[in-house]
Amino acid sequence: MNRIEGRDKVTGRARYAYEYPADDVAYAYPVQSPVARGTITSFDALGALAMPGVIAVLSSAEPPELGPDASPELALFQGREVAYHGQIVAAIVAETLEAARAAEKELRISYQAEPHDVRLRPDHPGLYAPDHVNPNFPTDTEQGDVTAGLAAAAFSVDATYTTPAMHNNPMEPHAAMAVWDSAGALTIYDSTQGPSADRDTIAQALGLPPERVRVVSPHVGGGFGSKGTTRPHAIVAALAARAACRPVKVALTRQQMFDVTGYRTPTIQRLRLGADGDGRLTALVHDVVEQSSTLVEFAEQTATPSRVMYAAPALRTTHRLVRLDVPTPSWMRAPGECPGMFALESAIDELAIAAGLDPVELRIRNEPGTEPESGLPFSSRNLVGCLHEGARRFGWEHRDPRPGIRREGRWLIGTGVAASTYPARRRPSQATATVHNGGFVVRIAAADIGTGARTALTRIAAQALDTSADRVRVELGDSALPAASLAGGSMGTSSWGSAVVKACEAMRKDGQTGHADTTEDVNADGGFARHAFGAQFVEVRVDPLTGEVRVPRLLGVFAVGRVIDETLARSQLIGGMTMGLGMALMEETVMDEGSGSFLNHDLAQYHIAACADVQDIDAAWISEEDAHLNPMGAKGIGEIGIVGTAAAVANAVYHATGRRVRDLPITPAKLLD
Amino acid sequence: MGEITLRVNGTPRSLNVDSRTSLLDLLREHLGLTGSKNGCDHGQCGACTVLIDGRRANSCLALAVAQDGCDVTTVEGLAGEETLHPLQAAFIERDAFQCGYCTPGQLCSAAGMLDEAGPSAVTEDLASDPALTAEEIRERMSGNLCRCGAYVNIVAAVSEVAAAGGRAASDTAAAGASR
Amino acid sequence: MRPFEYARARDTGDAVARFRAGTMYLGGGTNLVDLMRLGVAEPDYLVDVSRLGADQIEPSGDGLLIGAAVRNSDLAAHPLVREGYPMLARAVLAGASGQVRNMATVGGNLLQRTRCSYFQDVSKPCNKRQPGSGCPAISGDHHSLAILGHSAGLNEAAQCVATHPSDMAVALAALDALVHITGPDGSRVVVMPGLHRLPGDEPDRDTVLRPGDLITAVELPPPLPGRSTYRKVRERASFAFALVSLAAALDVNGDGTVRGCRLALGGVAHVPWRAARAERTLTGAPATAEEFTRAADAELAEAEPLPRNGYKVTLARNLIVATLQELLP
Repeated sequence: MNRIEGRDKVTGRARYAYEYPADDVAYAYPVQSPVARGTITSFDALGALAMPGVIAVLSSAEPPELGPDASPELALFQGREVAYHGQIVAAIVAETLEAARAAEKELRISYQAEPHDVRLRPDHPGLYAPDHVNPNFPTDTEQGDVTAGLAAAAFSVDATYTTPAMHNNPMEPHAAMAVWDSAGALTIYDSTQGPSADRDTIAQALGLPPERVRVVSPHVGGGFGSKGTTRPHAIVAALAARAACRPVKVALTRQQMFDVTGYRTPTIQRLRLGADGDGRLTALVHDVVEQSSTLVEFAEQTATPSRVMYAAPALRTTHRLVRLDVPTPSWMRAPGECPGMFALESAIDELAIAAGLDPVELRIRNEPGTEPESGLPFSSRNLVGCLHEGARRFGWEHRDPRPGIRREGRWLIGTGVAASTYPARRRPSQATATVHNGGFVVRIAAADIGTGARTALTRIAAQALDTSADRVRVELGDSALPAASLAGGSMGTSSWGSAVVKACEAMRKDGQTGHADTTEDVNADGGFARHAFGAQFVEVRVDPLTGEVRVPRLLGVFAVGRVIDETLARSQLIGGMTMGLGMALMEETVMDEGSGSFLNHDLAQYHIAACADVQDIDAAWISEEDAHLNPMGAKGIGEIGIVGTAAAVANAVYHATGRRVRDLPITPAKLLD
Repeated sequence: MGEITLRVNGTPRSLNVDSRTSLLDLLREHLGLTGSKNGCDHGQCGACTVLIDGRRANSCLALAVAQDGCDVTTVEGLAGEETLHPLQAAFIERDAFQCGYCTPGQLCSAAGMLDEAGPSAVTEDLASDPALTAEEIRERMSGNLCRCGAYVNIVAAVSEVAAAGGRAASDTAAAGASR
Repeated sequence: MRPFEYARARDTGDAVARFRAGTMYLGGGTNLVDLMRLGVAEPDYLVDVSRLGADQIEPSGDGLLIGAAVRNSDLAAHPLVREGYPMLARAVLAGASGQVRNMATVGGNLLQRTRCSYFQDVSKPCNKRQPGSGCPAISGDHHSLAILGHSAGLNEAAQCVATHPSDMAVALAALDALVHITGPDGSRVVVMPGLHRLPGDEPDRDTVLRPGDLITAVELPPPLPGRSTYRKVRERASFAFALVSLAAALDVNGDGTVRGCRLALGGVAHVPWRAARAERTLTGAPATAEEFTRAADAELAEAEPLPRNGYKVTLARNLIVATLQELLP
């Protein structure tokens, strides 16, 4: 079954947020602060307002009315304080985008700049323990005696791993068009991972009851977390449309996206592992240092995978956060697991080498029976199966573990393995199912951001209705539809599918229509540790003279419960691994300390994997039954692909060269010094 | 401002344009052809790729005012009356897209690329007009970024069409993705 | 962008005649439009020189005359270039993307400006963009910037560590290409790498061109004997600027000594860096790895790496040695 919206996407008919026709539309261009910390001391828009085509200028000089509970990043144009470089301090509304942009030079904004602090370091005096880490996990955990465990170890690793700031960079820039009607209700065509939440947040920011706001978002050009929370472009559009009394479109430039759409915090992670003579862990300590802005506390749950992965009688994890004069980090694909597993899976590899054990074998020896930190039983866990199957497919047997001994021409060749994990949970959602014209219509305010949700939900509904997919139509991407949770946290299909199945079942009973709300079912989810697992195998080639790294083979084998649609799943897993490849070899947002700004803020300087970087990447899964998840028995797959990739690559680079790189990305410079 | 006349998907269009307007914005904002996408506005991602006089180009870097007399083909102009372009059909069959935002650019770029004989940066023998192996296609399509990571399937789709057009190598790179 | 006027020149004379203060010539626009949208370039008047008929490649004696409006992709695909100047074909193919190569002209490629992050961001000081404002790259992120010929040692108001981003220019520098220029003061020819200049104390001047000068053609001398190639090392496999690149040609005598060689480095300086010292060291010497290394070290002895780009010295040396070895008969 092909993607339902495929024809629309390949013919250019699918419309994204910026692309809806509207009469008399105007354009707004956000203006950003060039200082990282300080105060606006004066603001003069007269010159800008006099420019041809300019309709209005929004700023704190005349604070627009907002709701009392607008979140700090959305409370635009209220105060004069600047919290980070690139913060939106004004917006120019004009007849054309060219006119709006050209008027920026005529704005006279004066700043009293203050010294800024933008550097994350492990000894920063401002480090503190937040109340919890995202979404609601304890900041620190400890069980057993780690000091004794480390002291008693026959083999140990004590290493620090660092990951840089990274940016989601979906291909579609954040964009919105806001249209107010004469009754003061707002329709906003937005690019969002969740129309319901977006509607609620926009309404809250504007001080409107939610019923007065409608978010329309049938097609979204990627998000990867950056469109999971409402972004300021939507508020700019709404305020500009209100000021201009016309529909207004806003699209962030690629450069602007780097400051105001979130990013993954850099991390500094210390891993201490101890193992006995058989390679069984005696202690595992995972300490994380990371950052947030001064505006919002965002605490990435980086060490949480260490609470899940391996059996260790002594286990300690900590997170420390410092608030810097930087933009607010936010979700980026697999928050927590992604950076945390780079460190953990690299450290495990180093332990295997220290202990003289095969890295697959080491992991198998430390397979836990229950979730290590909580003691909960796993709803299902087949990491070992993934390791075995992956090893078999990849040709891992007979691997000579000695580093630096395989060479072909100018290339050193190495292989590496790393495990992946991601939670498999669900959130409450609502759905309706209705008989219609000889078929069925399913309605839910889900979002298809490229995951294939439309198609997956069609299949789920068809199965629940015991009918063929071509008799089912799924409507999503609109907050006027039954409220649904976000496309995020790998919880989309599990959350929406649960509601859709329930609605279909209700419809079958009723004969005409059914409605479902899974809140109670979801609240009753408990008693198990629910995670997906996987194993990733990588072959790398490294030219030691130039530092170039190529990845001819990358294989991921996953245990993700029941796979709803094989084509969609394979694409999603490979997509995640492709992003992981970028993370391993090239992605890094550079913070320029002098200006306190993200320096390489475009797609020429921030490198994501290009087509030539991607050779043989493949994904497979082993069968897994799990009755404790949702009616489909499915685990989310959107994020697990990225989780193990970077460590697998780093481990392979070590195997190829004998050089252990603990600081991502693995660029030529790091292999040449 | 400048008065220009250009053919867009075969239809002559005459417009008065602000000299600052890119061809991309002309297509999207003035002609309602929103198929071509703006991903970066600086020629760094390829989402805006169209065919100008039959050659693939980044419409975000092409000033509209400089395209007077040109022939522009966008994704909306790839399909025939009744049937999809072979690349469009292959993209659907091979699941060569996810969010779809880079897709129009990928399609126009691939269409242009298939007409580009001659070597690439990965071609060993400069004198040859090489067959489009997977490696050649990957290099030639590197001007089209895809954050969803659909490259594996994009290469399979393009390989399939290249083979059908007689340009693929005998190693049937197209088969590589049908695992 | 500021509003500007646009006109298509009919021919070279018309283009030059239209030149006045605030004019810039428009080729393919792949760098100029980028810079205009960044606010770095703010012309009042664009004169489009992409359709002057200067889009031909034709033999010129035993060499080749390439019109300045020839598109990069056409240059690389031309049979006479592929056969006679493989170094140049490979250099052009290594640059940018297929789409950009279709749009970019030879003239425009030569005149493209540095991709230094600070230069491209008008909210930041930059001695190249605003003389006297300083060079934040020196204390900031310079990992992709210059190791040779920079002016980091000068006073703060003049320093510049930018690199020239063109691959094609590196090959042209190795080939002793002739750049034909015409302008308000007449016509002249400049031999590569002499078109570009070191920053010195005027980092705002990238080239020796005078206001109104228009590049009309690039002329290649007869093909080099021996074998030649272009290698580019970058942070991803394609569509990225060079960390370090190398145009190299090697001609070896029957007795194994070097009859001639050409070496030019990209990604290391404000100009395509012709490694003349290395060439001199190698000429007449045995064509061995030891000699290649000696020559590379001689050239790189004057490198002044910055705190975070020392790897480029190693990379440049390794690239010279490995590439010359590849070019052995």
